[in-house]
Amino acid sequence: MSTAALASDMRTLKVKIKRYNPELDEAPHWEEYTTEADPLDRVLDVIQKVKWYQDETLALRRSCAHGVCGSDAMRINGVNALACKILVRNVKGDTLTLEPILGLPVIKDLIVDMKPFFDHYKSVMPFLINDEPAPTTERLQSPADRARFDETTKCILCACCTTACPPFWSDNKYVGPAAIVNAHRFIFDSRDRGAQERLDILNDAEGVWRCRTVFNCTSACPRDIKVTQAISEVKRALLGGSIEMDRDPLQIIEA
Amino acid sequence: MNYHRFDSIIVGAGGAGLMAALESSKSVGTAVVSKLYPTRSHTGAAQGGIAAALSNLEEDSWENHAYDTIKGGDFLVDQTAAEILCREAIDAIYDLEHMGLPFDRTADGRISQRRFGGHTKPSPDGSGKRVPVMRACHAADRTGHMILQTLYQQCIKQGVTFFDEFHMLDLIMEDGECHGIVAIEIATGELHTFHAKSVLLSTGGFGRIFKVSSNAYALTGDGPAIAWRHGVPLEDMEFFQFHPTGIYRLGILLSEACRGDGGIMFNGKGERFMETYAPNMKDLASRDVCSRAIYQEVRAGRGVGGKDYVYLDIRAETINKYGTSPTGGTVDSHWVEHRLPDIIDFARTYLGVDPIKEPMPIQPTAHYAMGGVPTNIDTEVIRDPSGTVVPGLYSAGESACVSVHGANRLGTNSLVDLVVFGKRAGRAMAEHARQTKFSTKPIDPEAPTKQLIEGVLARPRTEPWVKIRDEMQRTMMDNCGVYRTGETLTTAKNDIAQLQSRYKSTGVQDKGSVFNTGLLEVLELGCLLDLAEATVASALARKESRGAHSREDFPDRDDTNFFGHTLVYRVGEGETSIAYKDVDVITLEKDGQVTTKYPLEIRKY
Repeated sequence: MSTAALASDMRTLKVKIKRYNPELDEAPHWEEYTTEADPLDRVLDVIQKVKWYQDETLALRRSCAHGVCGSDAMRINGVNALACKILVRNVKGDTLTLEPILGLPVIKDLIVDMKPFFDHYKSVMPFLINDEPAPTTERLQSPADRARFDETTKCILCACCTTACPPFWSDNKYVGPAAIVNAHRFIFDSRDRGAQERLDILNDAEGVWRCRTVFNCTSACPRDIKVTQAISEVKRALLGGSIEMDRDPLQIIEA
Repeated sequence: MNYHRFDSIIVGAGGAGLMAALESSKSVGTAVVSKLYPTRSHTGAAQGGIAAALSNLEEDSWENHAYDTIKGGDFLVDQTAAEILCREAIDAIYDLEHMGLPFDRTADGRISQRRFGGHTKPSPDGSGKRVPVMRACHAADRTGHMILQTLYQQCIKQGVTFFDEFHMLDLIMEDGECHGIVAIEIATGELHTFHAKSVLLSTGGFGRIFKVSSNAYALTGDGPAIAWRHGVPLEDMEFFQFHPTGIYRLGILLSEACRGDGGIMFNGKGERFMETYAPNMKDLASRDVCSRAIYQEVRAGRGVGGKDYVYLDIRAETINKYGTSPTGGTVDSHWVEHRLPDIIDFARTYLGVDPIKEPMPIQPTAHYAMGGVPTNIDTEVIRDPSGTVVPGLYSAGESACVSVHGANRLGTNSLVDLVVFGKRAGRAMAEHARQTKFSTKPIDPEAPTKQLIEGVLARPRTEPWVKIRDEMQRTMMDNCGVYRTGETLTTAKNDIAQLQSRYKSTGVQDKGSVFNTGLLEVLELGCLLDLAEATVASALARKESRGAHSREDFPDRDDTNFFGHTLVYRVGEGETSIAYKDVDVITLEKDGQVTTKYPLEIRKY
């Protein structure tokens, strides 16, 4: 590897954070901090540096710190992302602007109430439905059938997609992209028998038809899930009344 | 008092906790209390696979798996537990598949399997040598994510009760029995009492005692630390696994599946150094062996550019050049990308390195606690070398020590442990709940917790608590890491004692109730400090080298004096005592002759 990738060159960052403490504040307000940051630092590292050394009252959620647990979704310079997946070197300019994700009630600082989000998720029956007696070993599934829903198995429920969606901002009854992604994961699983029930749930003004194909969800997804495409596939299944494949499954080379 | 009553209370919503919840809630009232939303648990970060001898791609047996597990643990493994693990792994995998887990598939539609370090079978050529075997069932390099999601999905289906973002701060113990827990509701700062007949500690690991770790911030060992404060011993704390391939500086895990699929480690001179340290298994030797090898290379000045890291190379051209693909055939970049998509994403994101084109800089990273709360094979917590049970208290997963991992865990066996012993925990807890009555309602169980919190809030902030944490992590990394000596451990012991005292004199800035994460981080640090203390005390007492515990002043394994599990007790402020518990050894009797089923051998790969 090039040594440049590991070279560190500290820079000064202005960190602007939208703060709200329900025990003290009537309304959210901005606070600014200045800190030194390594280009290889994650935005999460910068926030924690501010919290640990300057202002411990700052509240955020975080856990794994490498983009797999989905705790630290926030608006970073106006765009939804996980704070642990954006490096300082990818931040343009000298100011880092941080806000809670939109469309969910703010509890404190960068923390929002995730309950409405998880309620939407649970509403699509996000679990395998198959009451046929299971074999003594695994149910068989071809590599092509497995590839059919691979994309949507990657979801970590971070809410970056749903809270980047303009229709969701204006209508919080809309199930939102993440719930549809998780419905897709089962609708297109050859082992599942509950596709029709889920399609019935999503065939609603507050289901897939609220989607206006804005593509914000796709660009926000930290797992690179083609969210808008998954939603379109569910819409097409509803229109065509079929969950047959409408694109070639990934070509898989098996060992 | 916010009072709740359930037959079973499960603390922690990772793989072990959710598995136990699914099992327990089938027959008794069950609730899961977790400081994180369940899907944030660190089981979701597990990557490469979950082992079970399914024989889907080649002949294998659970007996092979059990032998590997016992040898991998440098014979400190309890053998009955290991046999349960490997035998029950097979049905556990089928259960997960039936729950919907999207395993990768073989061409004929069965669950796909790959190689992993230390997983072997006897060579088919009859030479007596052991060769790598494809035993790890996988879903790309996000197997743990799929397990966590699948178990949570099943909990939703089954209507399991969750208290999300409730942080356990105390156990309710009376006369040596456990009657519940006290937790803080993070969103309000209110305390809640959960009165129960059975309590499971499935709180995960505590890798955050070290500076470079693959562990999540949340992994602060709350379960083991709180049990320890109540007089429960901790078992085998000196055995902490350093995973050889962490991302340089950050410690983020790069799965062993990289090497299972043919990846190779190189030193700064471009040499495949594992040929020296493990001539037979090479890069697929077990993790402790590989991590020591990296340290040796770096010490000898053969790190990359003379620095403290080496390379992990998963380029198709490298795999093909060395003939290390699992099938022996050639592979291309597309194959690598399909098998290891998240690894490639991590390297691109955090290193700016494209592993399809370049090797990745890696160093060992603190990864997994083999030790923890001692339990028997039914996950009941035990309090002494003779196995006396603490009624009502259970533990499973990384927070427990059953012990199936002994002195060093094999890759993929942590996930097997979660599902097998998580399920056994749920069953045992429900059984216990059916057979016992609720204790009388505990009187003022929240008092000690209130006192603890008020103490922290009342103290002036003499220094940022994070400095104490950083110093703890540094001394543990430098003095109680891959290599230790009596001298470095004594330094660590003194450092921890000094940090404990500084800890008691500093407070927090935030005095509020809603999401006071600063307060919780301080309380978590208290747990980490206690666990660091227990780890160092156990490591000082064990004057031998075994598995992940490498004493440079005692470089050999000493079966005469140390063939036993450490139990470390807290006897007072900064004071510990040590006892040893026999290793469970399976004996065979034939024609009046008694032999051991897994005879001790020198561990070589």
